[in-house]
Amino acid sequence: MTPEIGHFALVMALCLALIQAILPLWGSERGSLSLMAVARPAAYGQFVFLTISYLALTWAFVNHDFSVLYVANNSNSALPLMYLISGVWGSHEGSMLLWVFIMGGWTMMVALFSHSLPETTVARVLSVLGMLSVGLILFILFTSNPFERLIPAAVDGADLNPLLQDPGMAFHPPVLYMGYVGLSVPFAFAIAALIGGRLDSAWARWSRPWTITAWMFLTLGITLGSWWAYYELGWGGWWFWDPVENASFMPWLTGTALIHSLAVTEKRGLFRGWTVLLAIIAFSLSLLGTFLVRSGVLTSVHAFATDPTRGLFILAFLGIVIGGSLILYAWRMQTLRAVGEFKPLSRETLLLLNNVLLVTAAASILIGTIYPLIIDALGKGKISVGPPYFNSIFIPLMIPLFLLVGIGPLVRWREESAGKLWRDTHNILIAFIIVFAASAFLLMRSASITVLIGLFAAIWMVVFSLGYLGKRLSNRRGLAAFKGVSASVYGMVIAHIGLAVTVIGVTFSSAYSLDHDIRMGPGDEKELAGFVFRFESISQREGPNYVANVALFRVMKEGKTLVTMTPEKRIYNVRRNMMTEAAIDTKLTRDLYISLGNPPEEGDKWAVRLYYKPFISWIWGGGVIMALGGLLSVLDRRYRVAARKRAGMKTAHNVKSISVNPA
Amino acid sequence: MHPVRKRRLILVSLLIVGVSIAVGLMLMALGENLNVFYTPTQVHAGEVPSGHTFRVGGIVEEGSVVHDPDSLAVTFIVTDTANTTTIKYDGILPDLFREGQGILAEGKLDENGIFIATRVLAKHDEKYMPPEVDDALKAAQDIGAYKRNQ
Repeated sequence: MTPEIGHFALVMALCLALIQAILPLWGSERGSLSLMAVARPAAYGQFVFLTISYLALTWAFVNHDFSVLYVANNSNSALPLMYLISGVWGSHEGSMLLWVFIMGGWTMMVALFSHSLPETTVARVLSVLGMLSVGLILFILFTSNPFERLIPAAVDGADLNPLLQDPGMAFHPPVLYMGYVGLSVPFAFAIAALIGGRLDSAWARWSRPWTITAWMFLTLGITLGSWWAYYELGWGGWWFWDPVENASFMPWLTGTALIHSLAVTEKRGLFRGWTVLLAIIAFSLSLLGTFLVRSGVLTSVHAFATDPTRGLFILAFLGIVIGGSLILYAWRMQTLRAVGEFKPLSRETLLLLNNVLLVTAAASILIGTIYPLIIDALGKGKISVGPPYFNSIFIPLMIPLFLLVGIGPLVRWREESAGKLWRDTHNILIAFIIVFAASAFLLMRSASITVLIGLFAAIWMVVFSLGYLGKRLSNRRGLAAFKGVSASVYGMVIAHIGLAVTVIGVTFSSAYSLDHDIRMGPGDEKELAGFVFRFESISQREGPNYVANVALFRVMKEGKTLVTMTPEKRIYNVRRNMMTEAAIDTKLTRDLYISLGNPPEEGDKWAVRLYYKPFISWIWGGGVIMALGGLLSVLDRRYRVAARKRAGMKTAHNVKSISVNPA
Repeated sequence: MHPVRKRRLILVSLLIVGVSIAVGLMLMALGENLNVFYTPTQVHAGEVPSGHTFRVGGIVEEGSVVHDPDSLAVTFIVTDTANTTTIKYDGILPDLFREGQGILAEGKLDENGIFIATRVLAKHDEKYMPPEVDDALKAAQDIGAYKRNQ
C-alpha cells in the first residue's frame, strides 16, 4: 500500500505545483493580491506531499519491499540500515525523486524567507520554481517512476552497487543536489525579474545569499565526491576529468562567476544583463549535468535509444527551460542598459576579467565533455577526450585568475589610479616577496617550475587576502576593529584562502607524490619515501554482506613502528563484485595510502599499490574552507537588516505600487 | 568617433580576439588529446595508423589471462567475436576486470602487433558494457551474419 501512497502523493504534489506555477503569475500580471497569495500555501503543500512521497520510498527500502521494482533492483535484505536509507538515491529513479524533494525544500525556504520582498516578486519567483517542479515531476511520473510494482515480488533484492556502500558516497549526492537545485533559486529570481522587467540592485541583493548558499553546497558536494573517489576507487586519484565530474564542475565555475558578478550588480548596478544570463547558464548547466549523468547519455549516446521516451523528455525539457529563458532574455534585453560607468583600472574591470576566465574555463570543459557525443552522433567514429586536454586549457586559465583573487579586493570601485594602488599595496607586495622567497628557498633542492608557479599563486592569494583584511581592520582600534568588519568580508577572505589551500594541495601532491606497484606477500618489505612498509599477514573477515581479505601492514620509519594499516579486498555476496578498500594514514602534510590489487593466482603474493602523497588532504581541506567562507558571507547582517527595513515599509506597499508599469 | 562608441569598439574587438584565441587553443588541444577507438577487427585489418595511441576494447577471452608470477605484468586477449587483439599490461588491473567482461584498453601497438596498454578500464558497474565494446560486438555479429548469408 505504501508505494501507492507515495505515488499518489507525487501526483498531488504535481497538482499543487501546477497551481503554484499558474495562479500567482496570472495574479502578478493582473495585480490581484488574492491570486498571488496562493503561491506560498501551494509551495508549502507541495513540499508536504513531496516529503510523503519521499518517505514512502524510504519506507519501502527499510522494510525490504521487493515488490517495488526499484527496491528489488537496488537493495538487499542483508544491507545495513544506513545504506537502505541512502539506497533511495542509489540509482536513476530515486535520485530524480530526491531532486524534486530537494527542489520542494528550496521552494519552501524561499516562501518562508521572502516576507520582506514585494508580493509580485515572490509570486513570480515561486511561479517559476513551480514550473520547474511541474516539468520534473512529470518526468518522474511518465518515464522514471520509482514506485513501479514488480509482480510477482522478488524473493530478495539485487543489492545496492557496492561502490555506493560507503559513508562518503551516502552523503555526496544529497549535498551535491542541494547545490544543483539551489541554483534554481537565482534562476527563478532572474526569470522573475525579466518577466517584471525590473532588474535593480535590490534584485541582486535578494538573490545573492541564495546563490552563495547553493554555491556552498555545490562546493561541499564536489569536495566530498573527489574525496570519495580518492579513498574508494583505490587508485589514489582525486580528479579524473570524468564526464560525471565535469557535469558538477561546470555549474560550480559558472556559479562562482555568478557570485562575483552579482556583487557588481548589487554594489554598482552594472553588468545586469550579464548577471541574469549567468544565472540562466549556471542553472541550465546543472540541469544538463544531472540529466546527462543520470540518464547515462554521457557514457553512451545510445542510452537515448534504449529508452527513447526518457531521452526525448529530457531534450524537450532542457529545450523549453533553456530556450524559453534565452528568448525571454533576448526580448527583455533592451531594458537592461547599464547606467553606471567604470574605468579600465577598477574593481569592475577585474571582476569582469574574473568572469571571462571562469566562463571560458566552463565552456572549454563543456566542449571537451560533449565533443565525443557529437562526433558519435554524427557517426564519425568513437573518440574520447583525455585529461591532458582539460589540464592544458584549465591550468593556464586559472593562473591569471589566482592573481586577480589576490589583488582584486584591494582595487577601488569605479576608478583606481596606479599611484594610489601602489601606495595601498606596496607593503603587501613586499610581504609577499619575503614569504615567497623564503618558501622557495626552503624547497630549493626539489622545486620545479610548476611547483614554483603553484606556490607563487597560493602565497599571493593568502598574503594579499590577509593584507586586504588588515587594511579593513586598521580603520578602528582594538576589538571594535574586528566587529567593524562585516561577515561577508571575512567570508570572502576565508573563501579565497581556502582556494589557496586547495592550490597548495594540488601542486604539492601532484609534484611530490611517490608510488610503487609491486607484488608482495606476508614478510615482504618495501621502502618508499623513507617509510618501510612491511606486509605482516593476511586474514579473512566477514562483514554484514561481504567477505573481506584483510592485509595487515606495519609502517616503520627509522626502525620505529609508526602505524599499522589494514587495506581490504572485499567480495560482496550478492553481486559477486570485488571491491578495494584502501587503507589511508592521514597527517597534516602527507598521506600514506595502501591498496590491494588483484588477489594472487597462486601462492601468497598480492599486487599491492603503495603511495606517499604529500599535502593531498589540503585539496579537500581547501574545499571545506571555501564552503565555510560562503557560510559566513550568507550570515552577513546586511541581508537581514535590509530585509527588516523593507519589512517595515511593507505596510505602505499597496496594490497600486504593484500595478505600476515596472519598465 | 564618439568616446563611448570608441570604448565599446575596443571592448568588442578585444573580446573577439580573446574568444578566437581561446577557441583556437581549444581546438588544438582537442586535436592532440583525442583517443580514437578501434575494434579488434579494425586493428586486425590494419586500419590503425602506426605509432598512434588509441583505444581498443572487447570481451576478455576465457582462459586468456596470464599473470607473471614475479611482477605485475599480465597478458590477455580481447575479442569482438570476429577477431582478437593480444594485450600486454604492466600494472594493477581494475577490480571489475575479469574473463568474460567487456573492457577498454589505451595504448599503442608494438612491431609484433601486440597492444601495449598504458591503462585498462573496466567500468563501475558489472552490468555496464562500455558502449564502444557493445557496438564492436554488434558490428562483428553483423559481419558474421553477412558472411553466413553469402
